[in-house]
Amino acid sequence: MIDTLRLTAEEAAALLERRELSAAELHAAYLDAIRARDGELHAYLRTVDEPDADGVPVALKDLICTRGVETTAGSRILAGYVPPYDATVATRCRAARLSFLGKTNMDEFAMGSSTENSGFGPTRNPWDPDRVPGGSSGGSAAAVAAGLAPWALGSDTGGSIKQPAALCGVVGLRPTYGTVSRYGIVAFASSLDQIGPIAKTVRDCALLYRIIAGRDPCDTTTVDLPESVELPETEHLRGLRVGVPRELNEAEGIEPGVTEAVNRAVELARELGADVSECELPRSVEYGLSCYYLIAPAEASSNLARYDGVRYGLRSETNGDTRAMYERTRHDGFGDEPKRRIMLGAYALSAGYYEAFYGQAQKVRTLIRREHDALFERFDVLLSPTSPTVAFRLGERTENPLAMYLSDVLTIPSNLAGLPGLSIPCGLSEGLPVGLQLIGRQFAENALFRVGHALERALAFGYVPSRLRDGGAV
Amino acid sequence: MSWQPVIGLEIHIHLKTRTKMFCRCELAYGLDANTRTCPICLGHPGTLPVPNARAIEWTIKLGLALGCEIADRAIFHRKNYFYPDLPKGYQISQYDEPLCRHGRLLVPGPEVDAEVGIVRAHLEEDAAKNVHVGGAAGRIHGAGRTLVDFNRGGTPLVEIVTRPDLHSADEARRFLQLLRQTVVELGISDAEMEKGSLRFDVNVSVRPAGSDELRTRTELKNMNSFAFAARGIQREVDRQIGIYEAGGEVEQETLHFDPDHELAPPLRSKEEAQDYRYFPEPDLVPLAPPRQLVERLRKEIPEPPGARIRRFESQYGLRFYDAEVLNGSVALAELYERVVSAGVDAKAASNVLMNEFARTGVEPGAVDAVELAKVIEARARIPRDRFNEALAGSGDPGFDAERYLGDGLVVETSELEPLVERVLAANEKEVAAYRAGKRGLLGFFVGQVMRETGGNADARVVNELLRTKLDA
Ligand SMILES: [Zn+2]
Repeated sequence: MIDTLRLTAEEAAALLERRELSAAELHAAYLDAIRARDGELHAYLRTVDEPDADGVPVALKDLICTRGVETTAGSRILAGYVPPYDATVATRCRAARLSFLGKTNMDEFAMGSSTENSGFGPTRNPWDPDRVPGGSSGGSAAAVAAGLAPWALGSDTGGSIKQPAALCGVVGLRPTYGTVSRYGIVAFASSLDQIGPIAKTVRDCALLYRIIAGRDPCDTTTVDLPESVELPETEHLRGLRVGVPRELNEAEGIEPGVTEAVNRAVELARELGADVSECELPRSVEYGLSCYYLIAPAEASSNLARYDGVRYGLRSETNGDTRAMYERTRHDGFGDEPKRRIMLGAYALSAGYYEAFYGQAQKVRTLIRREHDALFERFDVLLSPTSPTVAFRLGERTENPLAMYLSDVLTIPSNLAGLPGLSIPCGLSEGLPVGLQLIGRQFAENALFRVGHALERALAFGYVPSRLRDGGAV
Repeated sequence: MSWQPVIGLEIHIHLKTRTKMFCRCELAYGLDANTRTCPICLGHPGTLPVPNARAIEWTIKLGLALGCEIADRAIFHRKNYFYPDLPKGYQISQYDEPLCRHGRLLVPGPEVDAEVGIVRAHLEEDAAKNVHVGGAAGRIHGAGRTLVDFNRGGTPLVEIVTRPDLHSADEARRFLQLLRQTVVELGISDAEMEKGSLRFDVNVSVRPAGSDELRTRTELKNMNSFAFAARGIQREVDRQIGIYEAGGEVEQETLHFDPDHELAPPLRSKEEAQDYRYFPEPDLVPLAPPRQLVERLRKEIPEPPGARIRRFESQYGLRFYDAEVLNGSVALAELYERVVSAGVDAKAASNVLMNEFARTGVEPGAVDAVELAKVIEARARIPRDRFNEALAGSGDPGFDAERYLGDGLVVETSELEPLVERVLAANEKEVAAYRAGKRGLLGFFVGQVMRETGGNADARVVNELLRTKLDA
């Protein structure tokens, strides 16, 4: 009997190592769990039924290209697209002998914060199926929370790993920009996209990050890690300087229950020996969201131009006129959110508006980076809520894109600065998980793991969704 | 009123690197369609570009040869537009921070030299090739079907933009020739128009002579040879002058030439205001060519062909046209210089190389200059056939001039005299006729003597001998 709800990847690896379990049995246990619970949750778009390696299985967000396995990025325009090559992170997972469990659901082209923008139907939150799992890596976060995968890879542009991890009560790392290859990742906004792990524990996150991180000759924006990834051991925080940026903790729209849980975690950090003090990030928080909604759509408008029906994916037939074929294909293939962002982005880049919009946003981005750099001269880690709210109900924000965009207001600033961020569960509010965001300086993943691990131990958050606690084992 | 043409050029040159600009597919011409492709150059989701370091070096080299400043920091931009031959929906190009700018190329002319400003030389990827099947030939509109061959897609392409510093069709042709020669001599491109590895567009306007205004210009596209371009430019200049002199205004438009029917009037199209939404390519980090690299490349730059033409004029006392022809390739120019330094008179060497030697089609690079110099020096002494034969063989491995000059070639009077006597004795009737005034028979006697020697006699010596004997 394998209790996939509770089994961590590290434990699973140990079982395989000691030959108490075969990789095939482990893989099958997760497929059983998927059969039992994914009908309701829809975390997966498709599963891989035969393990193709003898290690711990992993689930991949559906924007990670996998040779021979359909990859859609949650978009109908890519329905049926089977990549002829593997993404570098997929190659690295294979090299580490992880078997692929399947491809997880996501907001179309990673554009969204609830996974409701998937072209193939929404994913539901394992803590409450009437609520969203967050997004855009909602499928990956829900799969890990519901015991449908020991760990998973997601991608984070504006908060797409951290926010769903928070809403599903699991751990998610958005790595430093440039530490994980983007080769083979269906692009949304190239200067922001990063692949990262989602898992039940900080140590699992560190283990998976160790597998995927490092310079890749296929992605010239990647670099060698300045230090190797360390598995966190210590349970104190002595000597650590923790900053609590006022603007990230007191932003409008943060639910009281969220503030309460985060404050308890901050207090706990102090008890564990950290030197905690308040600090400020005024301009990053004030301008972050609007800056992001110029840069990300601008890059997206260009990245999504290749979906034209000429070479792969959907092609809507027309009377033979090429331009009409483009228009029809893109009209039929893209959902509302990609269309909205393509228009926004094309506008921000157009002649006469470039300087006022895209150009200005780049300047603001530099400002945000500097503001963070200055804080990291005084602090090792910054703490804040990951999401202003706990998981919201399906349909609650779909009619109001701006309300949806605000889901990422706390994760976006450090993403624009290219910094790493970890979200760990820090308690419940109204019976739903609250995420604590830890932000580190560039390449300081080890520091985040260390702090995250110490807090995780002290918080003793039971990551199994309460409603699943009894029927865990399958 | 007299008018001055104002001409600017935009030239695209394929670099002959082993692999493409942003993926490692090998470059190849004339292969079956879509046999040199990969997920990257097909624009598959998730793929990323990795720049070809060799292509960057070669662009810098070209920039240096064109006297450009090499940027300390250059960036790639995305140029966004939709077309079936553009798999990503954007072309990776350069925009306001190109690798090379502010250069100039000296274009010597028969009367005046032109100094042509180079606005920029930048690196980009070429598009794939649309193949139109059925419908009106060669045009996307009205085509039955469009197929795309991605073999060419992603080929490294250098774009060179000149200032409008050219003032005649002939000057433009000369510039193109020199530029072509420059890239060929740098070894970075074949620059063959037939293969499409050199393409160019021309901007043309005219203005009253002496003024420095810039009037509305038209763009000439699709020209398939330098000579054709020169004719096209001349026609366009004449047309614009005609319009102004009739009191009209030139309209901004693009003229497409049909390469197969150069006499047909060009197709016109209104300039479509395209917004390419340029922005810095976020998938690539800025280029920062190290100074040491630039200085190393600078040392590898050969003498530019324009400067070489100038030097030939002054150093060897050649006329412009001769200097230009001799500099048609670096191999010919080098052969010329080596032949002269082997002692041959500069004028004579130039005459032989441009005429008799050129007609043989021998590859100048294959010729041993010292041996060739011996042949040229002997040109007055040996029979014409033998001279030409020697030139034709001058490119063969181990070519030995002596074989054509010394051995068996009878020049000694003492050796020829008995032969001459014998010929005259055997043809008494003809000797009588000659002496009676039929002077034309001299050729007959020469022929007879030459046959006796198997062609191995010096014709001038034979001539002289015969005349002495007959006229005695
Ligand atoms: Zn390729």
